[in-house]
Amino acid sequence: MVGLVLVAHSEDLVRGLAAMIGQAAPAVPVAGAGGLGGGRLGTNGLAVAGALRRVLAAAAGDGVLVLLDLGSASLALDVALDELDPAARGLVRVTEAPFVEGAVLAAVASSGGADLGAVAAAAERAGTMPKLPRD
Amino acid sequence: MAPGPSAPGPSPGTVSVTVAWLRHVAVTIHERRAWLTDLDAAIGDGDHGINLDRGFAAVAADLESGILATDSVGPLLTAAGRRLLGLVGGASGALYGRALMAAGNRIAANSTAGPTGTRRLAEDALAAAIDGIAALGHAAPGDKTMLDALVPALVALRAAPPDELIEFALAGAAEAAEAGAAATIPLVARKGRASYLGERSAGHLDPGAASSAIMVRCLADVVAAAGGAGASLPETRATR
Repeated sequence: MVGLVLVAHSEDLVRGLAAMIGQAAPAVPVAGAGGLGGGRLGTNGLAVAGALRRVLAAAAGDGVLVLLDLGSASLALDVALDELDPAARGLVRVTEAPFVEGAVLAAVASSGGADLGAVAAAAERAGTMPKLPRD
Repeated sequence: MAPGPSAPGPSPGTVSVTVAWLRHVAVTIHERRAWLTDLDAAIGDGDHGINLDRGFAAVAADLESGILATDSVGPLLTAAGRRLLGLVGGASGALYGRALMAAGNRIAANSTAGPTGTRRLAEDALAAAIDGIAALGHAAPGDKTMLDALVPALVALRAAPPDELIEFALAGAAEAAEAGAAATIPLVARKGRASYLGERSAGHLDPGAASSAIMVRCLADVVAAAGGAGASLPETRATR
């Protein structure tokens, strides 16, 4: 099953989103890397690498989709990818999808058995999904 | 114990300069952390000084306790960069961590070629650091980043006459870095958190350019204090 890695500046943000995913799709492997410890905000590439390794192991070859909040999250991911061996790196995909909606849609798709490409496509649909009623 | 003049790699003097530089950066960033954080609060997330202080203090503590190898420049810079990467977090940790690792890796790769003086080492380190930051940050000069201080410093260092004393060449590089940092004030940020502010980022000194200029100035200072070519340094600057 495709796993998710959540990269954000806040540990609380990651924990909250992981809980929301757990409600929608409890079987999907999820790990987050958020904050710098001790409640400090920021992203840490080595923590992201740890999260990637854990979820890659749980995903058993099906791959991992990474969701980012903003700013240096993408730098931390670049640092983390450098830490992985090339075979593992090939199983990681990153999406531009909105952090919350993208993660929930991706988790639902993954729990339905979608492959990595289809999970990423599901996350990307979050970008155009309406939040307000349309009538 | 000291290798002869034909030994490959950086001279023992450049190792002591590198150690002194890391310590001096730690002290200087600590002294200026509030200023750096204020700069960052204006256009970023307000943690630049605090985060860098934390990272370089850890590097200085590792030097003190002997955790960081201090027998050759390349591995020393690489290890210091890795420490920043793991500890500082955020863009500044990733970028300065990658910069020091890139500098260390390039020096280590070049060190088999023959003896390396301080001038060549500084040019190689700065060029590699710039490449590392540009690659990770997808940034170029004019984007209101660290590169706006570091690139002018490298240009100045390379333009200095070959027979110029190293301390004067580095002082020129430090001036160029400071001028480059000051020149970020009118720029609109195109990278990092400040880019979320758009036009509102203009009128502020970029904190990354400011801390980069501090680091180049620190190198000029420690080389001048060492009497130029990398004689052993008086260990007068305590790390706190």
